[in-house]
Amino acid sequence: MGEVVLEIPARPEYLVVARQVVAAAASVEPTFHDERIDDLRIAVSEATTNAIEAHTDLLSADRIKIRCNLGDDSIEVEVQDQGGGFDPGEVEEPPEATDPTRLEWERGLGIPLMKQFADETEIRPTRGGTAVRLVVYRSSAFRR
Amino acid sequence: MDFGLDVTERQGCTVLAATGEVDVATAPQLRQEAVRLVAAGQSRLVIDLSGVDFLDSTGLGVIVGVLKRVRTHDGVLAVAGAENHVRKVFDITRISDVLPMFSTVDEACVAITSGDASTG
Repeated sequence: MGEVVLEIPARPEYLVVARQVVAAAASVEPTFHDERIDDLRIAVSEATTNAIEAHTDLLSADRIKIRCNLGDDSIEVEVQDQGGGFDPGEVEEPPEATDPTRLEWERGLGIPLMKQFADETEIRPTRGGTAVRLVVYRSSAFRR
Repeated sequence: MDFGLDVTERQGCTVLAATGEVDVATAPQLRQEAVRLVAAGQSRLVIDLSGVDFLDSTGLGVIVGVLKRVRTHDGVLAVAGAENHVRKVFDITRISDVLPMFSTVDEACVAITSGDASTG
């Protein structure tokens, strides 16, 4: 089915635009459950926030590209930045919520949340940056 | 809906009500206002999320930071009114295990003032 491509400046105020466009793209398929669109919005927000922050650190003027492909049973979203890249294997996961040190962690939840809300998540280095591929199925019945 | 914050006093608690979407663009405002309230001695704090239709990990991180700050001041923080898809962020990360959450602001205030805010 159709592809939607969006480019946004790497600035926080454009994050809402990314969420709105991706949610609207998923809504083209009327059988996409609202709950799954909410899940998609979270996953895309996390991926795009990471991309924006990667650019912020570099004071880069490059843009973030967000590509959506709506299929029969799922939507695939790729968020690509030019923010220099990182090794997802080196990202430390926060401790359990009941761990006394957990409240020290105000950050670092983006990737774990992305993985929880999307059905498939792939983070891969690209030339000069990172691409995050997310797949969300239109209902939980289609999850693999 | 544009992001907004409103502070009221209710039943012995300070209620910080947010509206709109809480993300990297708006969460700093929430942090700033909550930090101001705690620094001003408001140690019984309820964050009302009933008007929030989106919250991601940046918003969650701010609330975790407020929880830490409130506890440092021997205070109590509760969250009220989170819609299901907002509540899901707290549940998946299990922050709801350590942060009292209530359906309404009134329930949160009653629990806080009666010293029973450990259970949401």
